[in-house]
Amino acid sequence: MGQITMTQALNQALDEAMAEDEGVFCLGEDVGAKQGGGVFKVTSGLTEKYGEHRVRATPISETAIIGAAVGAALAGQRPVAEIMLMNFVGVCMDQIVNHAAKLRFMSGGQTSVPLVIRTTTGVGVGFGGQHSDMLEAWFAHVAGIRVVTPSNAADAKGLLRSAIDSNDPVLFIENILCYGLTSEDPGKGYRVPLGKAAIAREGSDVSLITYGRTVLDALAVAEDLAAEGISVEVVDLRTIAPYDEETVLASVRKTGRAITLHEAVRPYGTGAEMAATIHEKLWGELKAPVLRIGGTFSPVPFATVLEQAWIPTKEEIVAAIRQSVGKV
Amino acid sequence: MSPASAADARLREPVPTDAIDRATLRDIFSRTMKVNRTDEKFRSLLIQGKVAVMYYCVRGQELVSAAAMANLTDDDYVVCTYRGQGEQTAKGIPPELWWAECLGKATGTCKGKGGTMHITYPAKGIMVTTGVVGSGLPIANGLAMASQNNGDGRVTLVSFGDGAANIGGFHEALNMAQLYQLPVVFLCQNNRYGEHTAFADHTDSTCIADRAAGYGMRSMHVDGNDVHQVYNAVKHAVDLARQGKGPTLVEAMCYRMMGHFFGADFSYMPPEHIAEMKAEDPLPKLRKVMLDHQFTKEELDGIVSEIDVEIDAAVEKALAADPPDASELAIDVLESEAG
Ligand SMILES: Cc1ncc(C[n+]2csc(CCOP(=O)(O)OP(=O)(O)O)c2C)c(N)n1
Repeated sequence: MGQITMTQALNQALDEAMAEDEGVFCLGEDVGAKQGGGVFKVTSGLTEKYGEHRVRATPISETAIIGAAVGAALAGQRPVAEIMLMNFVGVCMDQIVNHAAKLRFMSGGQTSVPLVIRTTTGVGVGFGGQHSDMLEAWFAHVAGIRVVTPSNAADAKGLLRSAIDSNDPVLFIENILCYGLTSEDPGKGYRVPLGKAAIAREGSDVSLITYGRTVLDALAVAEDLAAEGISVEVVDLRTIAPYDEETVLASVRKTGRAITLHEAVRPYGTGAEMAATIHEKLWGELKAPVLRIGGTFSPVPFATVLEQAWIPTKEEIVAAIRQSVGKV
Repeated sequence: MSPASAADARLREPVPTDAIDRATLRDIFSRTMKVNRTDEKFRSLLIQGKVAVMYYCVRGQELVSAAAMANLTDDDYVVCTYRGQGEQTAKGIPPELWWAECLGKATGTCKGKGGTMHITYPAKGIMVTTGVVGSGLPIANGLAMASQNNGDGRVTLVSFGDGAANIGGFHEALNMAQLYQLPVVFLCQNNRYGEHTAFADHTDSTCIADRAAGYGMRSMHVDGNDVHQVYNAVKHAVDLARQGKGPTLVEAMCYRMMGHFFGADFSYMPPEHIAEMKAEDPLPKLRKVMLDHQFTKEELDGIVSEIDVEIDAAVEKALAADPPDASELAIDVLESEAG
């Protein structure tokens, strides 16, 4: 079937979902044909096929966008709302945290909010402090919402389809640097289940647990270290919250060592949560303490040198692995 | 047509002065008294110490909710606030379920997991009751957007206070609703206070309805103590929305006759203000309209007695009902989890 980019994969997922279900519609800033099909072109071509009502280019009103998506979802539609960049979720946090995530529970299950919030972010493109943050931990900390991020094009398609199918609100994070990644086209109707991690590479010495763009770094490092005889298992969470604890624990039980890795800053991050769980549940079986790797605890800087120093480097990952396996 | 004249043509809409037929008047009276008697009952339970929950009193605003809800069908959607007892009762949530929810019982509309500030009852169109000021307006747009997308002819009404008109979401929602011509009615119940802050102390606007013009939207400004004005204004707004003619902002001037929540201090309300609002009390005014329309005292008292019997029975049942089981904590968080 050939190769597709992550952008194409996401576009296909939306296209297929909209073709199959009249209730699926997109809304967000600049998503329409007149606006060029979105800043990253993910929605391009959809207005022509489905019309302006199903690809609603909105005013710059994040609260109104997510509020409308919540309302439409309550009324049985399946909106896919786009927040142009993840930092802007701060503007509509109330609608996500107090409404989307909680209405099912507070209504005693009478209503549900089957909405997808697509957003994009990523360190390494020189956007500076207000356009680069990975804020997944904010949402992982709230009960009632799923948080998903793909690390490759095929997963992007399959996860977005499952997110649209889901009767729960899903925050779907796309890393800008991943849009150009290519995969074999997984074909029509492809789905990756939510809440299931993937073993991106098998290994026996240490489990490197990560998601999103840093999966690429993890795989590269694992490849390099294999030559030295260090066998790294890379776990790609795919769904960050609630995460696939079973797969994570099974991997660590096998290797006896674990390192969590994410682009988001290290303190209070999702890696800390997983590390704590691993310690609690596998204490007697661990051969080394669980280590955490994350971004530097400062705003994301602008200058290229600083930005590269901010982001977890391959050297840091290698050093952590050596520390964990005791081969410093 | 220049943009300015297009906007002007849609600005302040005259409030229709139609007569209200007797059956509708009776219906409005009954809904109003149901709201009032529920409010009275809640306050008496609180005073007697029989229950201890947050309750946001609606004394003084009963008529606005009742006359507004009388224009909606069960299928129409409503979004309201913590001070939503009026909308909830007048839209028809069965008292048994409503009281059980307010008292945190398993038999409540939301299994006791929502409470007074978060009542949901889709069977009567009550989709969201929010405790976050101003956040209902954007959600109302979405409900209306769904109706517009699938052509089901439903209208969404969202009720909020004067204080909420200063939240960003209010402005975003008005702009978006007008842009898309959504079938939504924005009902501002201007009860003159946002918690302890008087209307004049939170904005220099003298009229919230005027804000609609900034978005090219129609508006109406009515005396919320006058049954004809409230009913006709909301009817007109609902009719227009149903005909695909877009949103309207209706501001109903009323008074919050008690503190912010029941039991709260309201010494900050000046005595002359209290005297003014007592003179404008919507309930005696409505009763007078009813008598003018040849309803007899006996008939009106009979309606109220029936309501009291129903409410008393609902309260007794709710008081005796069981609280939710602790296992409910794991249910309804995400769909696929327990339950
Ligand atoms: C966003 C937000 N800010 C503050 C509060 C606290 N608060 C609760 S009610 C209220 C006053 C709101 O006044 P208004 O909108 O006029 O409604 P009313 O209570 O008069 O019906 C405030 C400030 C809140 N619930 N939400």
